[in-house]
Amino acid sequence: MRLLPIVVTTIGLAAAAPAVAADLSVTVDLPRLNTASYHRPYVAVWIERPDQTAVQTLAVWYQQTRNNEGDGKDWLKDLRTWWRKGGRAMSLPADGVSGATRAPGRQTITIPAARLRGLQPGQYNIVVEAARELGGREVVRVPFRWGGANTANASGSTELGAVRVTVSR
Amino acid sequence: MKKTITLLAFAAALAAPMAAQAHRAWMAPTSTSLSGNDAWVGFDAGMSNGVFIPDHAAMRMNGLVVTAPDGSTVQPEHLMQGQYRTTFDVHLTQNGTYKIANVMGGVMASYKLDGEQKRWRGAAAEFPAAIPAGATEVQATRTASRIETFVTLNNASESVFTPTGEGLELVPVTHPNDLAKGEAATFKLLKDGQPAAGLDVTVARGGVRYRDNPEEMTVKTGADGAFTVTWPEAGMYWLNASVRTPAQGETLGSNASYVAVVEVLP
Repeated sequence: MRLLPIVVTTIGLAAAAPAVAADLSVTVDLPRLNTASYHRPYVAVWIERPDQTAVQTLAVWYQQTRNNEGDGKDWLKDLRTWWRKGGRAMSLPADGVSGATRAPGRQTITIPAARLRGLQPGQYNIVVEAARELGGREVVRVPFRWGGANTANASGSTELGAVRVTVSR
Repeated sequence: MKKTITLLAFAAALAAPMAAQAHRAWMAPTSTSLSGNDAWVGFDAGMSNGVFIPDHAAMRMNGLVVTAPDGSTVQPEHLMQGQYRTTFDVHLTQNGTYKIANVMGGVMASYKLDGEQKRWRGAAAEFPAAIPAGATEVQATRTASRIETFVTLNNASESVFTPTGEGLELVPVTHPNDLAKGEAATFKLLKDGQPAAGLDVTVARGGVRYRDNPEEMTVKTGADGAFTVTWPEAGMYWLNASVRTPAQGETLGSNASYVAVVEVLP
């Protein structure tokens, strides 16, 4: 019953502005890990050039609150690669980018074309990095092409499962 | 010759905090790259053969200066001198890069007065006035020792890298809190503000207790004082260079040394 208004809104938006259709989507499988003390991972997703310089952060999931161990931002540095390649220069929270940690399972990020307006056509990587409290860290790179429909995928082996990138047009 | 040896030994004894030449002086942070609204970093400082292994002597922190990104001086907290290491904390409250440096310098002199060997150490401004009239065989050396490390809260900044023009100093080309395994980093060494060409820089990685090969490297500075290190492994690294300059006419000879501790992340 509650779905109805959302569907209507989506149709309304699509009709009014077809150009803001989702042009880039990334699905990330967060593995379900059987460990005595599981904490949801911190995850960052960003676009980089083939030389591994960062272009734009698409998502960063971290603890949004302060608890008795500290503020959620205290551990952003543990996303080491993202942190040094661009994360530490960001002002957080960032609208449409930062959010709470996600549960194991398939997570999808869709990026409206409007947010990638500055991205020149060409070859890029989607980078997904996950770091987990009392766990490990893993970085998965997926090369993709911007400027035409294509799909690409890669897979992690410890902290990340499959990562799929879809450019829809 | 005998006198030279005596003087060198004396120089070694007084070149605090590098009190014993054979031992390495180090000041190691507990973290170098931090995030959040504020952060604490602890430091261990000592002198020993194996870098970062506190098993010989604690460092005296008489010249400790902590410089914040905005140029202000921050008071270190919880300073404690143990048997083998000195520890203290710094509370990072500003975004940017902090410099933590233990800087010692001055003039060391030896002379004979009424047939007796005397020694003096003090600030460069007090020399030679502090040497009594009638002193003979006056030998003096200017000393400058800098032992430093850098830590960054959130985004890195470069304000603390401005050289003072005294002794041996490091001017980063690559930011010292932006180092990663497999990548190359370049730094410049200056002696009294001028490029220090042709110096050997020793690069030693911590954790030597848990491996058999010390895995040390030596790199040479170029004409512009620059040297480049490609980090073979993640870890805490100790960089060291020193230079002796002989006396020239009225200008005293000098003995300058530099140590930086930097962390390389995987």
